Amino acid sequence: MSSRRSRSRPSSGVSRISEDQIIDLVSKLQQLIPEIRNRRSDKVSASKVLQETCNYIRSLRREVDDLSDRLSELLASTDSNSAQAAIIRSLLME
Amino acid sequence: MNPDHHSSLNPSSSLKSRFTKTFLRSLIKINKQRPFPYCPREIFQRCHRVKTAADKSLARAAGSRRVWSRAMLCKIRNRSLRRGCQQRPSVRRIIIGYQTTKKGYCLQKKMSDDQEVGTDQASKLRKLVPGGEAMDLCSLLDEAAHYIKCLNTQVQVMRRIADIHSS
Repeated sequence: MSSRRSRSRPSSGVSRISEDQIIDLVSKLQQLIPEIRNRRSDKVSASKVLQETCNYIRSLRREVDDLSDRLSELLASTDSNSAQAAIIRSLLME
Repeated sequence: MNPDHHSSLNPSSSLKSRFTKTFLRSLIKINKQRPFPYCPREIFQRCHRVKTAADKSLARAAGSRRVWSRAMLCKIRNRSLRRGCQQRPSVRRIIIGYQTTKKGYCLQKKMSDDQEVGTDQASKLRKLVPGGEAMDLCSLLDEAAHYIKCLNTQVQVMRRIADIHSS
């Protein structure tokens, strides 16, 4: 039916619709990745998007690792009272 | 409160607060266990505990509707079980078997998607997203997008906690 956004060609059936879905999802990913988003060029190939996605996820995970290193060091150096005060403060700032 | 935060919608701000609360609670717990790590091994253990707590809190905050959060929680649970019973390889085999049957239903759906998007990149992405091995391409992309959003939140919150503690 024409109410569907995807071109409903009955001939290719499943693969046609999922190709549009993939294009949609790839463009959604494109918006999330700052590198591609800042470049502002619409013609980014799907494989480039995937590549940048992998790189971005890796860098985010690396950052989480570094931050947990830092946090575990900080926890060791502060005593519990000031830690709890800081925690309450951070909760209030949400 | 947060001028930089672009979430005018509810979902990401409640994810953030859910993650923050759970993570801070686990941090307090970790801090109470051994206040001063004396040897390098304890320091390493504490760091590992913090990292696991961060992942666990994130997966819990993301909810069980997502494949990646379920897979992550499964991985963490299995890891702790494996550590508990390292002398028993039979238990390990049972756990791995359970995991594959759980994902089995995904593998049954042999998708007719042709992977025009690049099989190499797709397989790399599968390895990065928890539970990605057993997903079809559409779900993989969808889960990756959500995973990235949650990772961003995680980094943001952890950075702020670290800044607060270090000031």
